[in-house]
Amino acid sequence: MQGLIAIYRKELADHFSSYRFVILFALIAMVSFITSYMAGVSLKENLEGVAKPKFVFLMLFNTNVALFSMVQFVSFFGPLIGLVLGFDAINRERSDGTLVKLISQPIFRDAVINGKFLAGVTTITIMLVSIVLVISGFGLALLGIVPGIEEIWRLAVYVLISIFYISFWMGVAILFSILFRGIATSALASVALWIFLSFFVSMGAGVLANGMAPLDGVQGSKRENIIRHARIKEIVTLFTPMALYSQASATIVDPTLNTTSILAFYRMGPMEKLSASRFQNPLPLGQSMVVVFPHLVALIAITLLCFAVSYLVFILQEIRT
Amino acid sequence: MNSKAIIETTGLTKNYDHQTVVDHLSFRIMEGEVFGFLGPNGAGKTTTLLMLLGLSEPSEGSVSVCGLDPLRNPKEVKRIVGYLPENVGFYGDMDALQSLEYVADLNGMQRKEAREKGLEALRVVGLTEDVYRQQVGTFSRGMKQRLGIAEVLVKDPKVLFLDEPTLGLDPDGALRLIELIRSLNRDRNMTVLLSSHDLFQVQKISDRVGIMIRGHMVAENSIEALARDKFGVGDEKYTLEEIYMKYFRED
Repeated sequence: MQGLIAIYRKELADHFSSYRFVILFALIAMVSFITSYMAGVSLKENLEGVAKPKFVFLMLFNTNVALFSMVQFVSFFGPLIGLVLGFDAINRERSDGTLVKLISQPIFRDAVINGKFLAGVTTITIMLVSIVLVISGFGLALLGIVPGIEEIWRLAVYVLISIFYISFWMGVAILFSILFRGIATSALASVALWIFLSFFVSMGAGVLANGMAPLDGVQGSKRENIIRHARIKEIVTLFTPMALYSQASATIVDPTLNTTSILAFYRMGPMEKLSASRFQNPLPLGQSMVVVFPHLVALIAITLLCFAVSYLVFILQEIRT
Repeated sequence: MNSKAIIETTGLTKNYDHQTVVDHLSFRIMEGEVFGFLGPNGAGKTTTLLMLLGLSEPSEGSVSVCGLDPLRNPKEVKRIVGYLPENVGFYGDMDALQSLEYVADLNGMQRKEAREKGLEALRVVGLTEDVYRQQVGTFSRGMKQRLGIAEVLVKDPKVLFLDEPTLGLDPDGALRLIELIRSLNRDRNMTVLLSSHDLFQVQKISDRVGIMIRGHMVAENSIEALARDKFGVGDEKYTLEEIYMKYFRED
């Protein structure tokens, strides 16, 4: 435990004093504040003379006034923070000759990887909590509306999901820093995987769906074809952490979303849609959690799996000077 | 030096990718002695040191350090053995004292004790007070080697493994480092395993030497005994370099 704490403390200090982290953190904080501020101003204008609706406070985080909302921005750029925290975690120690020095101290070898991972998760947590708190403060001053208990809980769940999401990307970067000796190689591999999973998989899902269930010029039941097309696209897209996170966080921050799937819409007939529109009340938090439970489990699982693989590879790797 | 073996290996073997790097190595190092560990590049010296520390798992054979198996008791072994790797690395943004405090922290020392041990180690290795707060990234090679030894000394080890400690040092720096190692052995009764290509310096301080070639220990004895064995006379007439080359050419 002594080694773990020592490495954890040092890594934490390194993260907070590194220029690359400070720059990226400043960028994300700045964009988040701007989008939330614009959302706040827009909400204030729209709410004038209107009876106070429910869950206004959460709209600060998910209202898309500028190009994107804060939630969308974190889903897109959050991984970069994770990658920056982990891409040179092990291979820099190895190339600088400090890894052998570290593990020749009376500590277990896993203290190195555990300390680095925990310090990264702590950094991500501090970063997200501070951004959400500052935006909440903004919101209080700007809108003059105090968040309800449920809104606070929803924000807490949102922060938790975000921590797992960014930690997954940090785990990927740490894994690559163990697998590749070159720092540039591990950085490039991490970014390449991020680009592939964030952009190409969703594109590929569309292509695959078009191939397996084409929408144009198909005979037979059009509705069934649309559902099949959408199902294929949705299944493939769910293989990306970005889709898992986006759907989960959007459902948690927006209580009016009662499903993460667009299939539900397609499956309903016209009378069902009319009937459903009468019951558009916001979901309680517990129900929203049920809706996103598979997404949460998948996010947590891939984060832990990624860490477990990193751990095993690091422990089993031969040490050579 | 006494007759109690502090390090003992029996049939120690290491295979990397179907290649035998260390081949059934058996030797003993006595408590309080300076053991010169010689051999050409790629002979398997560093791999042997890593196995003695428990950082690399032997393919065959056994190791005992102070009566402990490094694989079963890695923390205990690493607590009593100080290891200076061939290319010791430092965190360039830390200063000398911070580096030592970090090592002390890894060894479970409290902040006050870490500071005291760090300052004492810096004094022992002869680094002057004006560099205590200097970033390690600005240190010369010689200063880094001294700091490396200071990091090893922080935990007050019983055994020192030094892998090429004089590599890249100027003659004066190498001489001072060798004198430091000799004083640590003499004053603190530290057992020293010194792996080096600087045969002149090794001859000056080693009680015994071991010559390792292609994973085998081809000779292990005092320099005088090796000289007698190869040339039929004592070591006054032959340098360690000549003795080493004789073994090297014969192998």
